[in-house]
Amino acid sequence: MRRERNWPLSIGFGLTVCFLYLPIVVLVVLSFNASGLPTSWGGFTTGWYERMLDNDALLDSAFNTLIVAFWATVISVVLGTLLAFGLERAVRSRALDAASYVPMVVPDIVLAIALLSFYNLVFTQWLGMGLGLWSVILGHAVFGIAFVAAIVRTRLRGFDDSTIEASQDLGATEWQTFRHVTLPQIGPGIIAGALVAFTLSLDEFVIAFFTAGTTVTFPIQVYSMVRFGVTPEINAAATVVVVVSLLLMLIALRLRGSEDTTA
Amino acid sequence: MRSARSSLARRGLLLGPALTWWAVLLAVPVALILAYSLFRRGTYGGVVYDLNLENFERIVDPIYLKVLWFSVRVSLEATAAALLIGYPAAWFIATRPKRWRTVLLVLVVLPFWTSLLIRTYAWMVLLNDQGLINEALTGIGLVDAPVKLLYNEFSIVLGLVYGYLPLMILPLYAAIERLSPELREAATDLGASPIRSFLTVTLPLTRSGVAAGCLFVFVPSLGNFIVPDLLGGGRQSMVGNLIQTQFLEARDWPFGATVALAVIALMAIVLWIQARAVARDREEGLADA
Amino acid sequence: MMRRISVLAATAALAGGIAACGAEVETSTTSGGSTGAGETTADSTPPTPSDGTLTVSNWDAYTPEGLIPGFEKETGVKVKLAKHATNEDIMGKLEASQGSGYDVVFVSGQFAEALHKRGWAAEIDHSKIPNLENLYPEANELPYDPGNKYSVPYTWGTTGICYRSDLVPSKPTSWDDLLDPAPENEGKVTMLATDRWLMLPALKSLGYSANSTDEGELEEARDLLMEQKDQLLAYDDTKFYSKLVSGEANLVEAWDGWCNYGIAEDDRIEFVVPEEGSDLWADTMVVLESSENKDEAFEFINYVLRPESGKGIVDLLTYNTPNQAAMEQLDPKLKKQYPNLGIAPSELLQQENLRDLGDAQPTWTRIVTEITS
Repeated sequence: MRRERNWPLSIGFGLTVCFLYLPIVVLVVLSFNASGLPTSWGGFTTGWYERMLDNDALLDSAFNTLIVAFWATVISVVLGTLLAFGLERAVRSRALDAASYVPMVVPDIVLAIALLSFYNLVFTQWLGMGLGLWSVILGHAVFGIAFVAAIVRTRLRGFDDSTIEASQDLGATEWQTFRHVTLPQIGPGIIAGALVAFTLSLDEFVIAFFTAGTTVTFPIQVYSMVRFGVTPEINAAATVVVVVSLLLMLIALRLRGSEDTTA
Repeated sequence: MRSARSSLARRGLLLGPALTWWAVLLAVPVALILAYSLFRRGTYGGVVYDLNLENFERIVDPIYLKVLWFSVRVSLEATAAALLIGYPAAWFIATRPKRWRTVLLVLVVLPFWTSLLIRTYAWMVLLNDQGLINEALTGIGLVDAPVKLLYNEFSIVLGLVYGYLPLMILPLYAAIERLSPELREAATDLGASPIRSFLTVTLPLTRSGVAAGCLFVFVPSLGNFIVPDLLGGGRQSMVGNLIQTQFLEARDWPFGATVALAVIALMAIVLWIQARAVARDREEGLADA
Repeated sequence: MMRRISVLAATAALAGGIAACGAEVETSTTSGGSTGAGETTADSTPPTPSDGTLTVSNWDAYTPEGLIPGFEKETGVKVKLAKHATNEDIMGKLEASQGSGYDVVFVSGQFAEALHKRGWAAEIDHSKIPNLENLYPEANELPYDPGNKYSVPYTWGTTGICYRSDLVPSKPTSWDDLLDPAPENEGKVTMLATDRWLMLPALKSLGYSANSTDEGELEEARDLLMEQKDQLLAYDDTKFYSKLVSGEANLVEAWDGWCNYGIAEDDRIEFVVPEEGSDLWADTMVVLESSENKDEAFEFINYVLRPESGKGIVDLLTYNTPNQAAMEQLDPKLKKQYPNLGIAPSELLQQENLRDLGDAQPTWTRIVTEITS
């Protein structure tokens, strides 16, 4: 039997999902709480959502964050996948292996301050450019690349080269082999890596705060708002970010069709 | 087996972009900041360029070692917990029908597209003495009085596990998913118990996924400052708080750089262990059966 | 299937690219929300000589809603409002950019002093800010910047004990009520987490200065605070008033205006300044030396010092403002509901003003680390 029903495993997964969603449930519920405080229920209201929709600063910041996360993920996936191939196939260097993990290891405040100092010297003072979303994207890609590379590498390690040889024996070019043989097999790795990079960028505060100049990403907005308490308005905004991201993902999934050909 | 085509051009194309990115945006800026550890803080912040090693003497103070040790211990606990929860979860997803896998991955990752800060505040609501969890526990009668679930080590570990669980699940998924079911069955067919088959066949084959997942949880946990501040009630600082306070509150960049160096050095050890796991994977020439 | 992925990728890239380009354009939106007015743009350009824009950084929800749109309309100067969550955040940013990137920053007094000592604070041209005369005379004698040469105060106040009068066995009068709580209060007290205010109660209780640089004194304070830790619920800078409302805490260390957020929810909450004395803090406006829009900056400060602006500040924040003209226009009901608004400037000045600690700052930070680890 290929797939036995493993009830403990399924229940365990169910519990894990509950664990993950418990605070989400709380914050969604609180976003409808008429009383501003999390400790008392003041009645059901959609007022906070209305206020949120009026709050241009909040909405702008959410939009900015999606842009940053998108581009940071794109850069991370491309450069990270290339790097993974390079580390697995083109060189064998423990030094480079270790180096590829360094971005994850540098404390984010250090990277943030380092980047701002650097940007200030090179871009602001020398080139006269202002900082904005682009400077955040560059910073986020720094650690995004490392995560994508690490994940894609685990995928490459078990790679069956006989499929590549077969493809080449049959006369395919290197690009064709890559597109139709290699890529589908490492697909799940790339997806997993992209999800990690996207998720990390979406909620990243420290680097964004220091390198965004005067632009505001959603985490920056939230961090400055919670100084005065987590109003349900913030919960409403957080709920909306999730819903929008979910919709985008679902659209992407539908366009992709079934997953048959990916590994 | 392994491609021998490592021409310079090919290497350049593959390694070049990422390494250049890191050279310009990581290595140089960070090295400059870390170099501050050799200097001194100015009276009102800023750096006095007066070469000395005082910071390295300062950091060997028991207070900082205590913070470092607490951070390492808590991060290890969080990593272990994340592994115990994450591996079965990743396994579950990887063994579902193909069309479900991405959906399940998204399901797992989706909460993390909400601000972690907001979710942490939600946990504070859940965990405090009058919170939902205590109400449930006392309601069922499991306990007589509210259990202290907040502002202690438990809540810190919980916060860290919660914050980094998807970073454990995703690489594990990538590693488990590529295993062929036949391999797992072969072990059982040969008479190994499910546990034995798991421990001697499956787990080692997913070793690099486990290593990646553990790294992805351990490292950010070590540098986290939000969780000890909020869920820990600011009562127990971790190394992330230490670095934050040095750079921002004390405005002592030289010493902050020194602490960061210490953390990075510690991480280098962890990385080295991880790199060995990777190297062993390679040597054993992993391939599907 | 691969074709579908390529199409998807191309569409997404196109959409994303268009979005990014679109966002890079300056949008001038004024927010109608509660978090204060101001535009957020997706790109910031460095100030060009008198281009009629001002870049200001303030705490979120710390600027009255109508203030910036009103200023923009009247002067034609566009204002970009950036936000910082704490003094330390904006100071870190300024340090990394060597005092540039903004025209005006809102920081607390001791940080204004630090900015001045670093050479990043511009001299305030009093001749361009006639509304300075709206300030109380006491507001010109603030120790961190006597004569307001490089900063202009925006709000000021003190720190004290915020408590639930129905939950505490007796009304607190001393910092010791917080540091060594009565049995009913054990496990139900919080302290502020930022170093200056974390140490304040202990230093005052021991009779020392809130700006003490003496290591012996600091260590005594530390010992006192470490004894407190067992009965302490948490160090909390942001949620302490809601802990009072929910009953999680009985008494907390609080800034006077923050206590009002609790009072607004539950009028059993009261505020008291302990008998040993407390601090005098001030949030100020600093014009950066690197600014190329100094005249516009002074105009902005002048606008903020109008009585109507000051009134708006108090209405929004329920903090005291040193703007005498504004305070005299206050609705008496507001003063009744929020007693802190009745504190006279002369009383405030009896408290000890917080100053930059200079070389003693690292010692402070080390001591606080010992306490919080």
